[in-house]
Amino acid sequence: METVHAVEFRGITKRFGDVIANNNVNLYLDRGVVMSLLGENGSGKTTLMNMLSGIYYPDEGQILIDGKPVTIRSPKDAYSYGIGMIHQHFKLVEVFTAAENIVLGLETEGRLDRKQINRKVSEIASKYGFDIDPAKKIHDMSVSEKQTVEIIKVLYRGADILILDEPTAVLTPQETAKLFDVIRAMKADGKAIIIITHKLNEVKEISDVVAIMRKGEHIATAHTNSVSETDMTEMMVGRKVELSIRREEPVNIKPRLTVANLTCRNSEGIKKLSNVGFVAYGGEILGVAGIAGSGQKELLEAIAGLRRIESGSIIYSPEGRTTMDLVGMSPTDIKDAGVALAFVPEDRLGMGLVGSMGMTDNMLLRNWNAKKGLVIDKSESKKMAESIFTELEVVAPSIDYPVRKLSGGNVQKVLVGREIASSPSVFMSAYAVRGLDINTSYIIYELMAKQKDRGCAVIYVGEDLDVLLSLCDRIMVLCDGKVNAIVDARVTTKEEIGLLMTSHDKKESQ
Amino acid sequence: MGFNFIGLIKAAVANGTPLLFGTSGEILTQKSGNMNLGVEGLMYMGGAFGLCGAYVYSQIAGDSASGAIAIIISIISAFASGALGALLFSFLTVSLRANQNVSGLALTIFGTGVGQFVGELMRVKVGGYVSVPNALKNAFVGPVFPELFRNIPILGELLFSYCIFVYLGIFIVICMWYFLNKTKKGLYLRAVGENPSTADAAGISVTKYRYLATCIGGGISAIGGMIYIMTISGCVWNHTALSGEGWIAVALVIFCFWKPLNSLWGSLLFGVLLVLYLRLPLPFIPTQIYKIVPYIATVLVLIFVSMKQKKDNQPPAGLGLNYFREER
Repeated sequence: METVHAVEFRGITKRFGDVIANNNVNLYLDRGVVMSLLGENGSGKTTLMNMLSGIYYPDEGQILIDGKPVTIRSPKDAYSYGIGMIHQHFKLVEVFTAAENIVLGLETEGRLDRKQINRKVSEIASKYGFDIDPAKKIHDMSVSEKQTVEIIKVLYRGADILILDEPTAVLTPQETAKLFDVIRAMKADGKAIIIITHKLNEVKEISDVVAIMRKGEHIATAHTNSVSETDMTEMMVGRKVELSIRREEPVNIKPRLTVANLTCRNSEGIKKLSNVGFVAYGGEILGVAGIAGSGQKELLEAIAGLRRIESGSIIYSPEGRTTMDLVGMSPTDIKDAGVALAFVPEDRLGMGLVGSMGMTDNMLLRNWNAKKGLVIDKSESKKMAESIFTELEVVAPSIDYPVRKLSGGNVQKVLVGREIASSPSVFMSAYAVRGLDINTSYIIYELMAKQKDRGCAVIYVGEDLDVLLSLCDRIMVLCDGKVNAIVDARVTTKEEIGLLMTSHDKKESQ
Repeated sequence: MGFNFIGLIKAAVANGTPLLFGTSGEILTQKSGNMNLGVEGLMYMGGAFGLCGAYVYSQIAGDSASGAIAIIISIISAFASGALGALLFSFLTVSLRANQNVSGLALTIFGTGVGQFVGELMRVKVGGYVSVPNALKNAFVGPVFPELFRNIPILGELLFSYCIFVYLGIFIVICMWYFLNKTKKGLYLRAVGENPSTADAAGISVTKYRYLATCIGGGISAIGGMIYIMTISGCVWNHTALSGEGWIAVALVIFCFWKPLNSLWGSLLFGVLLVLYLRLPLPFIPTQIYKIVPYIATVLVLIFVSMKQKKDNQPPAGLGLNYFREER
């Protein structure tokens, strides 16, 4: 007799135009099991899960819940089958309170009794050990609080099949540990849980089984403790991948960028950087760690000349030239002096690339001024686009395909590739690998390591502490716009950095 | 120079009432995330069809025409024309996902055209100008409260001397406030306007809420046009009368921070600005310049509002953006 699974996909196929996002996927999951869904970008993990949660509808195939074939045409249908998805980009209304977000769409009739809802939310929160204020507005919350709201939202709806799309991407190690405790509690409660992730160590830590997808197809499902990280990567990528980040001892380091007493405010007049001071050396990678919104963005923007600086100095000492203070210089002058910024904001296309343009035209945004004359000469940009296309293995129908339509990883390759092509002497990058799969991430790490070899000062704002620890030479920890510490990446631990990220008075106490 | 404050307020309320409807209707629309720039057109259609409804009724009923029924017919025909116009807008933007700004401007052109056509057609058919009998006119502009109330010194004039539409407007705005802030459906509507994908993921039909809010909002705005024609223009079609009302209403939506209750004093303020040149003549300043004060105020208000960045006073985050679930 056939066993009945909580969720089963049978021959699921989904196409977007000519692109096949999922091809004949067969997959199942039981209750009380945590499954990791592993795969490169564009391998169709999220698409598959979106079909389970009613965002997309499969072109072919059948989804079974508890052995019964079901038709999930909308998120509402999904909820009625007990399926709840916690999206990577939170689906929350910023100006609503936690409680208002949680009850959204539940009942349509009647008055909104806020007191009663707040009470109910508090009950659930205490049952699973969440810490939350139901009357707090989302825009006043930290990322981890927002995630808590998302989880309570699906639990409130009685979901027993939970999908978490890259839940740890934006959490500190401490917050991740807390989340994993919650996941274990939910597993013990008999819920079926699917986690979409890129982080192999987390796959090992939290999940019982791991399902691997590649290019829209389901490659294998295995018990987590029976496969090694190398095996998983190989199945994911389809070939052997070196899973170590190259880090040479820095040689011949020279101060390149000396930042002192830097103070900045954001557009709302809130102080985002106060008295930041550090030295970035040519020939080393300086990592910047911190909770999202601790001033990382403002720091890079200040150096690149994109943000008004209230006070402080940024002394730039290029090789073989006189030193200069970047404060007060225009972004173009700073760029021409050799300071490159590859900033990857939350929406990757927001800064740096124009979505509807192809690669060539996006290269042109950097080069257009290089040659004089009335008419634009595209040949240089075309050459550059072509070399990035082949060297960084950009997956796109052609170099003139609108970058907006590329997958996130490929967009990032284009952006980082373009900035590196100008052979900068300071290279700054933020979240360069956010949302990228392992293979692409390692290509980007290697690119940064190469810049370091060239004697370039690399400043890397990262989220994944494991990566920061193995890629960087030194790590500067920002907390609330202040430099909490600059530590040697070779000797420090993840826990130490995690603590530095959150402790406000670390410096004073020492 | 005798300055009559009570007179100014009364005139301001009369002139502000069409704006109150226009604005509150558009607030409801925009709360759903639909930026309907066609208010001007909707108010024109409301004006023309509202007058048409009352006129046709007065012709059919003759001497036995009842004021109350005429008002109801006017309201219904204005609302229906506005709702139909907004339905067209919703179909373009929600179902076909056309650009909202372009569709809104098209609706303005379309609505003004239809309004002018209907208005002029009536005028030509009748010969001279369209008008309804005086008895019906009085039903539209006459005060609703009995003399007893109106005779209270000062307060009677300030509070109880107005025609029925003023009180209807206040009632609608209060209902709208209650709906948006105190009911579940209101919460869901705001969610649709703020973050349609979130609302969709929560099982709320974005399409349904957007269609309904836009059509009802459009209908309310169109009633504003009808009120202008039936009260301020004295139940006579005048092809320039409504010009600009709808645009002021759109600006007022921003001025009111998308909050229905704010539209009460917002439309009163603009009512004052609209009539100030009649009530408080200033020496040496040509009337033409004086008359543009409301528009200058609109520009200043927009500048002021854009500079003030407070999280709770922001436009609905999804305003102007069409929603497509399977967008990648």
